[in-house]
Amino acid sequence: MSEIAQARTFDEFMEGIWRQNPVFVMVLGMCPVLAVSVSAVNALSMGLATMFVLVCSCGLVSLIRKIVPKEVRIATYIVIIATFVTVVDYVIQAVSLEIYEALGAFIQLIVVNCIILGRAEAHASKHPPLTAMVNAMGMSIGFVIGLFALGAVREVLGAGTLFGFSLFGPNFQPWVVMVLPPGGFIVLGGWLLLFSALKRRKEVRLAAQGGGHGA
Amino acid sequence: MSTPIAPIPPQATPATSLLKTLGLVSTVCGLIIVGAYQGTYDAAAANRRLALERTVFKVVPAAKSMTEWQATPQGIRPAGGEAVAGAVKFYVAYDAAGDLAGIAAEGAAKGYADTVRILYGYSPACQCITGFGLVSSKETPGIGDKIVTDKAFLANFAALDVKLNAELSALANEVRAVKHGSKANPWEIDAIAGATVTSRAVGKAINDSAQRLLPRLVPEIEKLRKKES
Amino acid sequence: MTVQTEIRSAPHIKGPRSVEQIMANVVYSLLPVCAFFVYQYGISAAASILVVTASCLLAERAFVRTGTQAGSLSDFSATITGLLLALTLPPGFPLWMGVVAGFSAIALGKALFGGIGFNVFNPALVGRAFVQAAFPAAIATYTPSFLPGRFTQFIPSSLAWPLMAPADTAAWLKAMHFDALASATPLAKWKFEGTLTAAGDLLTSLAGHMAVGPSPVLILVCGAYLALRRFMDWRIPAAVLGSAGLTAWLIFAVGGTKYPDPFFMLFSGGLILGAVYMATDMATSPVTPRGMWVYGGLIGVLTVVIRYYSGLPEGVMYAILIGNAATPLIERITQPTPFGKGASIRARKSASYTLHPDYISREEAGAKTPKKRFFKNKPKQ
Repeated sequence: MSEIAQARTFDEFMEGIWRQNPVFVMVLGMCPVLAVSVSAVNALSMGLATMFVLVCSCGLVSLIRKIVPKEVRIATYIVIIATFVTVVDYVIQAVSLEIYEALGAFIQLIVVNCIILGRAEAHASKHPPLTAMVNAMGMSIGFVIGLFALGAVREVLGAGTLFGFSLFGPNFQPWVVMVLPPGGFIVLGGWLLLFSALKRRKEVRLAAQGGGHGA
Repeated sequence: MSTPIAPIPPQATPATSLLKTLGLVSTVCGLIIVGAYQGTYDAAAANRRLALERTVFKVVPAAKSMTEWQATPQGIRPAGGEAVAGAVKFYVAYDAAGDLAGIAAEGAAKGYADTVRILYGYSPACQCITGFGLVSSKETPGIGDKIVTDKAFLANFAALDVKLNAELSALANEVRAVKHGSKANPWEIDAIAGATVTSRAVGKAINDSAQRLLPRLVPEIEKLRKKES
Repeated sequence: MTVQTEIRSAPHIKGPRSVEQIMANVVYSLLPVCAFFVYQYGISAAASILVVTASCLLAERAFVRTGTQAGSLSDFSATITGLLLALTLPPGFPLWMGVVAGFSAIALGKALFGGIGFNVFNPALVGRAFVQAAFPAAIATYTPSFLPGRFTQFIPSSLAWPLMAPADTAAWLKAMHFDALASATPLAKWKFEGTLTAAGDLLTSLAGHMAVGPSPVLILVCGAYLALRRFMDWRIPAAVLGSAGLTAWLIFAVGGTKYPDPFFMLFSGGLILGAVYMATDMATSPVTPRGMWVYGGLIGVLTVVIRYYSGLPEGVMYAILIGNAATPLIERITQPTPFGKGASIRARKSASYTLHPDYISREEAGAKTPKKRFFKNKPKQ
């Protein structure tokens, strides 16, 4: 019994990371993904900020899911999400002003990140707190991975560094386009291409297997 | 079964229940926000002060401490108190011995992409600009942002002349950026080739700010000679 | 054995002309231009042409093999992309950046849309736009032509290690006793220094150590060959050059000395190359004759406007890309009127001479033409 429960929890966790990855599969929340993924540090801090908001608000939404009337649920969720975004805003200011300035308005804009409201509405409001938080955790790890994948590529090509450490020596020629908005779209397109190619390959293999069994 | 199930009529939730829920949620959220604000206030303020000090100390290298002042049409005075219309904020930096090391002030002008905000250091001894740092800019990476890395460009700010005219009412010579390679006077800035717009913005930012600040500041510079303990 | 019957709409009679043939002829006509480029800049230019073209071909092959795009290598279209791309890049452009340019030209400009014939933008210009955005400094670094040792040594920036910044050509030129101005293109000189180069010198590209591309005269001659053999429509280059010249002349006549004369505008930069070889790309330009004039006119005006009023010295590339983007719209509003459906029927009704009633069918005589506005021949949905 507990094994099944564990397996289910694990499924909930992995769903956001792989099967429904918010960046690569659902293509949600693209605004911060494209805007702040100029460097790996920015991408990671943005991802962590979103993770905090997502996990906390999903937990809270799930806790009060039984007492919130249907009519005011969206208003309630938004108030909760905005609260945690404000908290994150203060915390980042206290931790590092540089990151705060680099992320700019995108911290406040986490409020309107559709991943968060989507999770609150579609999952947290229907599941107990622990499941909701595990699912939110998986989702946000998926989001962090997506952001980091973009940020790392853009930083390596756009500045020749990763987390600020120089990879190619002082003579590196930065690809300016990578730190500009078009670079974000191009790199995102590249990752989407890779993921859909992997997916198709898997499907083809599965189809071949299924066909073999059928015969 | 093919008998259609009659839709259940939506039950209206009583208004008091709605209010109660919203009130509860808002209270909890309010408490969380206040807690976070209180908890991070000191650290955030310290961070901001540190960042400002770092920039000021960069443009006034000898500086070890600083105070914030403002220049009003009536004269200069420490910052704080009620805001005066037309006041210009500036930072007075002192060295380790408590002597005046330099003045730092902020300037802004339209660059290629957006407003370029800079902080520049003014040395009363030589009546010149001794350096500048970027506060914020959105200039094109690799082109416009060369203003803080290009060695030849930064050499302009070793001693950029901002002497006042005889009546102390304006700069004797307008500070401005000139085309690359044509700097002839100590009050001109040799622009970066290919980043002329941004270079001009730096020149204009310094000029606009110095024109407003220095005529008020220089007559009373003696007030600032020594650090008030 | 079944006989395959193919049912298809008109046209049923086709000229004995294939894509391969047209493309091959474009390549032949480009060869003298490339040879002139190599003559101007020596082995650096030769290496640049080879590397860029090879990377285009490799990218094309990779994408065709993975099934991402249609077409095959033998249709020469990737070769044309490579040659044109190399001709628009500075001769001392680092070779590894040339590889990036060639790959992105095919990947972003062609494979993305499904291969030959489906591309919306000229692939060579997409490649150039990508490297211009990625390496703005390198793409603005020109060197003077006809340098003494050009057939024995490379321009130092050509041989930069992959991912590394190219060597400084200014110091290299200084050692050969050239000043910094010698390596500025005529357009950059005009824009940033205010000095004009004589149009006659620009026309031949032969006068001294100028940082210019292949001779406009040669490009026009090669283009004329294509136009005479009907591999290319003469209307587009004529429209581009005509409108660019006219716009430049108008501004010159009104603005006077502040602006260069129209001949300088026409023969400097890549305008002639762009007008003859890039704007005429078949997949990305309108097919309707009137549309060609509109399209060419748009490109010409945009080129001059970008050159005069933007931060960039050269605007042909963006002008053509914008023209490419406008092509579907231009084609839509310039659809030729099918025979017998034009406004002439309505005009004839009110005309004073009477048509013999036998010539008009009954329906037509009494037909009421519905009022049509703007899109006269909007294609039926």
